[in-house]
Amino acid sequence: MAVEKICVVVVSGSRERLQMAAMAASVAAVSGIEVTIFLSMNSVPYFVKGAAVDPPSEGGFGELIVRKKAPDFKTLFRQAVELGDAKILPCSMALDIAGIEPDTLEPYLGEPTGLSSFLDAARGAQVWTF
Amino acid sequence: MAEKKIIDGRGSFCPGPLMELIGVLKMSQIGDELEVLSNDKGSAKDIPEWVRKVGHEYVGTREEEGVWHITVRKAK
Repeated sequence: MAVEKICVVVVSGSRERLQMAAMAASVAAVSGIEVTIFLSMNSVPYFVKGAAVDPPSEGGFGELIVRKKAPDFKTLFRQAVELGDAKILPCSMALDIAGIEPDTLEPYLGEPTGLSSFLDAARGAQVWTF
Repeated sequence: MAEKKIIDGRGSFCPGPLMELIGVLKMSQIGDELEVLSNDKGSAKDIPEWVRKVGHEYVGTREEEGVWHITVRKAK
């Protein structure tokens, strides 16, 4: 059966995981699949406007991503929203703990979201965690 | 009248050329033909799959000196 709804949970701050999450989310979103991306933990600071997009690599592949100039993960997440109508929801708990104000986040992100609301969004969806 | 557009995705990697194609498709008219240039093997395989899945018309692919020319017609 075709997957109609995917929730992508991103908690990592490593380049490879952010890249893979962004690739999966963007291609799913432009393929007619309903995609919700929930950003929490170490992924959140990269989505502050003007933040450096230079996460640490887990291994050699992360360095190759940079050297070969693969599309960066923030561009792919933005395209998931703009071209595929994906929703990107920052975790309200992560914002509170990190002291990040919602109005400092990239404009293509949605409202800060708690787990109860996220669980509603994830009902009936496949959930992929990075 | 249908237009032909070239999208130069050379130097980018999957899913970059696909996303560039989708961006141009959104601004195109039904019947327009879009030719994506890519030197990424993955995109040469993935773009036709995506085109078939979402209901546009895949016209064909040819390779010239390591560059794939993937042609798509906007169908909806």
